[in-house]
Amino acid sequence: MAVSILHRATGSALSFGGLGLLLCWLGTLAAGPDTYALFLAQAGTWYGRIILIGISWSFFNHAVSGVRHFLLDIGAGFEVKSNNLWSALCPVIGILLTAAFWACLLAR
Amino acid sequence: MGNGTSVGRVRGLGSSHSGSHHWLLQRFTAVGNLVLTSWFAVSLMGLPNFSYITLRDWIASPVTASGLALLVISVFWHARLGLQVVLEDYVHEAGAKFAAIAALNLAAFGGAAYGLFSILRLALGA
Repeated sequence: MAVSILHRATGSALSFGGLGLLLCWLGTLAAGPDTYALFLAQAGTWYGRIILIGISWSFFNHAVSGVRHFLLDIGAGFEVKSNNLWSALCPVIGILLTAAFWACLLAR
Repeated sequence: MGNGTSVGRVRGLGSSHSGSHHWLLQRFTAVGNLVLTSWFAVSLMGLPNFSYITLRDWIASPVTASGLALLVISVFWHARLGLQVVLEDYVHEAGAKFAAIAALNLAAFGGAAYGLFSILRLALGA
């Protein structure tokens, strides 16, 4: 149940925060280098980083539990044991993917 | 329950509007999102930096501009469908539900238009 609630919560957060961020990014880029510099400056602050990490975690968590939905939709994984196992693993995989993503970005 | 045709036996037993179409579209756009956001995340990790010049040149390439345009369409469509289900679950009063879904449609189409226009502007030379 927690995985289901998390799926809906992260989906809603992505709809507002994630899409808002996407539009800010594209909009400031389209407006030119000076405006984009404002975006970069905000993204580099501590709260900017928290927002970016939070949205990327929401994304990876939602994507992983979304793939779980696909598997359940085709009728797989309804046995109690495997269902419990994958619902426990989904948030863990989401966190690992978020960590790997940021490790790649920061290691450049 | 009668013993007529299979359609005849279920007709009139409950809502049969466009729920299954909505459900399928949610899955189709989810597949689109999975493909496009994976490409987007891998591309971001592959860029040398996030400076204006780097990103403008990256977005100006036709493949990137097409991919980002499809990404915007797919994610806004998926978000519109998903939030509609959330609204239908929590807003029960008919008028408020109609107003909320109307506002959602305006925001989704407006946001997608802004995203697409920004991509076009970058792709065609900002």
